[in-house]
Amino acid sequence: MQLLQLIGKYFLGLLSFLGRIFIFLLQIIYHIFTPPFKFRNFLRQVRFFGNKSLIVVIFTGAFSGMVLALQGFYALNKFGAEALLGPVVALSLIRELGPVLCALMVTGRAGSAVTAEIGIMRITEQIDALTVMAVNPIKYIVVPNILAGIVAFPLLTAIFDLIGIYGGYLISVHVLGLSEGTYFSQMELYVDMEDIRVGLYKSLSFGVLVTWICTFMGYHATYGARGVSRATTNAVVLSSVVILVWDYMLGAFLL
Amino acid sequence: MIEIKELYKAFGKQQVLKGVNLKILEGEIMAIIGRSGGGKSVLLKHIVGLLKPDRGSIFIKGEDITNLKGSRLDKIRSEIGVVFQGGALFDSLTVYDNVAFPLVEKTKLSKKEIHEKVLKALSDVGLEGMEYKYPAELSGGMRKRVALARALISNPKFVLFDEPTTGLDPILVRSIHRLIRDTQKMYGFTGLIISHEIPEIFEISDRVAMLHDGRIIEVGTPEDIQKSENIIVKNFIMGMEEINEKGKS
Repeated sequence: MQLLQLIGKYFLGLLSFLGRIFIFLLQIIYHIFTPPFKFRNFLRQVRFFGNKSLIVVIFTGAFSGMVLALQGFYALNKFGAEALLGPVVALSLIRELGPVLCALMVTGRAGSAVTAEIGIMRITEQIDALTVMAVNPIKYIVVPNILAGIVAFPLLTAIFDLIGIYGGYLISVHVLGLSEGTYFSQMELYVDMEDIRVGLYKSLSFGVLVTWICTFMGYHATYGARGVSRATTNAVVLSSVVILVWDYMLGAFLL
Repeated sequence: MIEIKELYKAFGKQQVLKGVNLKILEGEIMAIIGRSGGGKSVLLKHIVGLLKPDRGSIFIKGEDITNLKGSRLDKIRSEIGVVFQGGALFDSLTVYDNVAFPLVEKTKLSKKEIHEKVLKALSDVGLEGMEYKYPAELSGGMRKRVALARALISNPKFVLFDEPTTGLDPILVRSIHRLIRDTQKMYGFTGLIISHEIPEIFEISDRVAMLHDGRIIEVGTPEDIQKSENIIVKNFIMGMEEINEKGKS
């Protein structure tokens, strides 16, 4: 009986959470399309995402490309197909690793910071202060983050992909001895716009998901410093899981 | 005038407000005193619509705000300034931007007009020359002054203070109280102060109400309250714990 009660309590909690997070999304959508538009806040948040994440995206992009080239060469060498190393690196990065790894890195760097910042605003009554000044906090704080996510995630992913392809080039050409022409010409042959479109859609959707989850967690942070720390941890964990699950669903059913 | 009628609010099983009735008259400063956790801040949050009651009404200028939403509630809110316990200043903005915030967001005043108003509000609270500092660079007392300047900048009809002197030393407590009194004379607002500062709060209040166990148990002038025969009021003013029927505190 106690077990049933626990399961029931868990599911009720889950339903309540899902209800609140979807209502939050509806409020965001409503405020995205209603004036006044906070263009300055949006630009500030794009800069914030870029500033926070650029270095880590460059590093992870470079090493992902390099390791892909090393492992790809090892595998392709077995079939005598080393010439396909360029497309393997590029396709893996553009379709899959670029959007996913970049989203995970941005979640860790900027997403957590967004949750913590909004959470602190919540516990220090800054969000209440906005409300009593008749300034809608979702419009003022949350919407610029969502829009910035939609712009910043694809841009950062594009940088990740480029750096990754260049990292792969360094290893393939200068370490493994593949010719420069082979690396790039094969890439041109096998990578088409469809692949870039898949990567773009993925990064766009990750941008929305991550900023939605991170702003929701911060907005509903409670109980002082511990509440903010818990909200930040939950935001990063949930965002990371959702990125991977959504990536699979997109790959399997949509793209 | 603000009129609160039969206000009830519970959080889960905990009944915080149990039928609050209170009238705050035009142009007066009313203080609400009572023990910590007694529901004073909860009551204040109801007055600005941050919380919705389970039952009861709050009339501001004759309109029941408990039924209002969206732009109609925002219209009432634009006539209310709130000074939060910790100031609730935006840490990413300078003192100037914090004070200018309500004007920048809610009015169409020119930059020049906003500049003049901000400088005047800062001067009224004794903070000239502090415009470009960030909240983190200010002392506790200064932060409360900035919060007061921000609350006053739109010239509200009502200003609500949620424990405006918490965490300040006795000299600063008096100085903030004096500032509230002086600005009230300058701006002519109706003030509601949630406070623990006994007896200092009596010096600036026109009337005092005691909230105890979710109800207003006594309302009167500071003199009335200080002479009250109600044992709970007496004990609170004297800083004594309540003695229950079995003689245990």
